[in-house]
Amino acid sequence: MAWTREEMAARAAKELKDGYYVNLGIGIPTLVANYIPKGMKVTLQSENGMLGIGPFPYEGEEDPDLINAGKQTITAIPTSSFFSSADSFAMIRGGHIDMAVLGAMEVSEQGDIANWTIPGKMVKGMGGAMDLVAGVKRVIAVMEHANKAGKSKILKSCTLPLTGSRCIDMVITDLCVFDVDRKNGGLRLIELAPGVTLDDVKAKTEANFVAA
Amino acid sequence: MAGKVYQDATSALEGVVFDGMTLMHGGFGLSGNPENLVAALKENGVKNLTVISNNCGADGVGLWVLLNNNQIRKMISSYVGENKLFESLYLSGKLELELNPQGTLAERIRAGGAGIPAFYTKTGVGTVVAEGKPTEVFDGETYVRETWLKADLAVVKAWKGDHEGNLIYRKTARNFNPNMATAAKVTIAEVEELVPNGTLDPDQIHTPGIFVNRILQGKDYAKRIEFRTVRPRGDKESV
Repeated sequence: MAWTREEMAARAAKELKDGYYVNLGIGIPTLVANYIPKGMKVTLQSENGMLGIGPFPYEGEEDPDLINAGKQTITAIPTSSFFSSADSFAMIRGGHIDMAVLGAMEVSEQGDIANWTIPGKMVKGMGGAMDLVAGVKRVIAVMEHANKAGKSKILKSCTLPLTGSRCIDMVITDLCVFDVDRKNGGLRLIELAPGVTLDDVKAKTEANFVAA
Repeated sequence: MAGKVYQDATSALEGVVFDGMTLMHGGFGLSGNPENLVAALKENGVKNLTVISNNCGADGVGLWVLLNNNQIRKMISSYVGENKLFESLYLSGKLELELNPQGTLAERIRAGGAGIPAFYTKTGVGTVVAEGKPTEVFDGETYVRETWLKADLAVVKAWKGDHEGNLIYRKTARNFNPNMATAAKVTIAEVEELVPNGTLDPDQIHTPGIFVNRILQGKDYAKRIEFRTVRPRGDKESV
């Protein structure tokens, strides 16, 4: 039984600590906000210029001047602040954000991540992803372990253009959790999803890894 | 002394627009977009624009209308998704695109406005973004050199402004606007509310009037929402 998207988000939320400032990417990472443990203070940052993201607005209370980096309508909380894009990335690049959770298309055993383009196919842009992986203290990638054809997305080295090199600290997939040694390179399997075996992970992982 | 206040976006563009110019356009997605000035730029018909903007509108709205009117030659952006026209023009070679990481884009603009020709950043090191650019090691880490961005004209959107050009933005509609306001030869601001001098609290000004050359009160703001997300009433927990 592999983890669902919700369960992967819940697993990522276990990495949160009280007092953390956190940036959540689009997709599964956004769901992490639903699993912040009760009583824990976590402040969410949105790179378009906001600290302290509240829940989605009630219907009829949407404000076009109040959106997150995914361009979704959101709300503020009593301690929120707004700032310019340059200030926002000073926060990110300057190492003031404790943790980022991002989606990924590929991750390598060196801690490289590719999540912004497929040459010739997808022209969208990197947005703030390159700044986040370069500047945030702890970076967690949340992703499907393999593509629909069963091909591993956890690789010896990425085939797609990189978002950043040696910048990932942890990879959470639908099958398992890897710790990444971003200094020396190397993956360490630290957790399996319920019902998933070491052999399942071995069969679906192109990268080298050690089992804890 | 000539005042900064103009009747509308069309008159505010008089004498400062020319073919081949570089234009900064504030906003993130469709939030904080200078809607009146973009409409006036379309009406003006200025061509071969290099546009510096985080995004390029969305299907049918925002900067998309200039793209659809063949007025843009090149975009310098960080994210151009949600825009099928952009993708097809780019893939067919009719549009130049320089993608920048969002923070690098913001800092290049900030540097342009602050008179700093170049700076070093860790963002993009080891990726295509750093290709061909000088790198240097500081405290054992490799950084890549990025250069300033400046423009002939910046069009920005604020919430309130006075006749002096002092601006206050609202919530996340601030984004790139204050940075771009500093980095062009001419900055035109459109505001939802143009107020008399002395009305705004000097402690609350986000963009001091020195950065704004022309100001106008905008009208008929569409402020389209790209992704409307809501929660049911009575639900306090979900985000």
